[in-house]
Amino acid sequence: MVTLQFVPYHEIEDLGSARRVKKLIDIVKENKIVLLQGKLKKEEEADLISIAMEEFGDKFKGIELAVINPSDKNVAGIKKIRNNFFGFLLGDRQGLTVVGPANIVTEIKKDPNKIELLTKEIKNKKKK
Amino acid sequence: MINIIKTFINKVLRNLFKKKKNIKLGLYGPPNGGKTTLANRICKDWLGEDMGSVSNIAHETREIQIKEQISIKSKGKELTFNLVDTPGIATKIDYEEFIKAGMKEKQAKQRAKEATKGVIDAIKWLDEMDVVIIVLDATKDPYTQVNITIIGNLQARNIPVLIVANKSDLKKADIKKVQAAYPQYNVIGISAKYGNNIDKFYEGLFAIAG
Repeated sequence: MVTLQFVPYHEIEDLGSARRVKKLIDIVKENKIVLLQGKLKKEEEADLISIAMEEFGDKFKGIELAVINPSDKNVAGIKKIRNNFFGFLLGDRQGLTVVGPANIVTEIKKDPNKIELLTKEIKNKKKK
Repeated sequence: MINIIKTFINKVLRNLFKKKKNIKLGLYGPPNGGKTTLANRICKDWLGEDMGSVSNIAHETREIQIKEQISIKSKGKELTFNLVDTPGIATKIDYEEFIKAGMKEKQAKQRAKEATKGVIDAIKWLDEMDVVIIVLDATKDPYTQVNITIIGNLQARNIPVLIVANKSDLKKADIKKVQAAYPQYNVIGISAKYGNNIDKFYEGLFAIAG
């Protein structure tokens, strides 16, 4: 069974970087996949990777991480201006961050319109 | 054009407010992209010796390696730097992959443990870098979260970046795909192993660090 936990942005908005990262790692270590509304700062993403490595052990091999950012889309003209405007207004609330324990999530594939989580259970079903 | 102007302005501002010192040039990227192979190529070209060991098994470099005072010359210009080869950055490490590559379990677990420490050190050392070369395997998808995170961190720190699409000697190498993934950066296709296009790499290095 795979558990997804949605974390709205307001739950991390007022936390410092260290506490934000700790909150997400603590959920991931419970073998849950985090769906965070919005995105972390790039330095916080790096801290997330670093702390995941510090927690490395027999039962925790790290994380799979994917950030979906609407303003990353290759658009031009009015759409680009609109994306930049909403990016300015919403800041880090825009987008979606997915973090999962590597022992459950084998891969996160991104394309412009969707993300796919490949988990160990699904991988095992395919082998059958 | 705007990006070139931005890079130039950033360089001027950084040089105005920073004391002249040996530039720390870091090689960053995911595991097995060819960072140490490129480090060896640079060291062989200018010092006549290798810098580190290479392997087909990921995470061969598990500690920060530094070679000081490398001087390179091109078209009448000279650049001196300390070359910093870093462990590949990954979000997960699975010792079972090392076993599949032929290692024994005890050795594989030890390698995985050392590799995690290497990742932590590589991330810590980001703050120390003056210039960074991102070494990507041109046969693999360039638009991975790890690459985006590393590049984003360098952008946030205003550190000049040159992207190298390595392994251009392989049939599956797609330099254009790497260039399309990071259009805001200078991306140079090379083969660090065979030295293909290495002169263009040195030119690119002078452009961002010279």
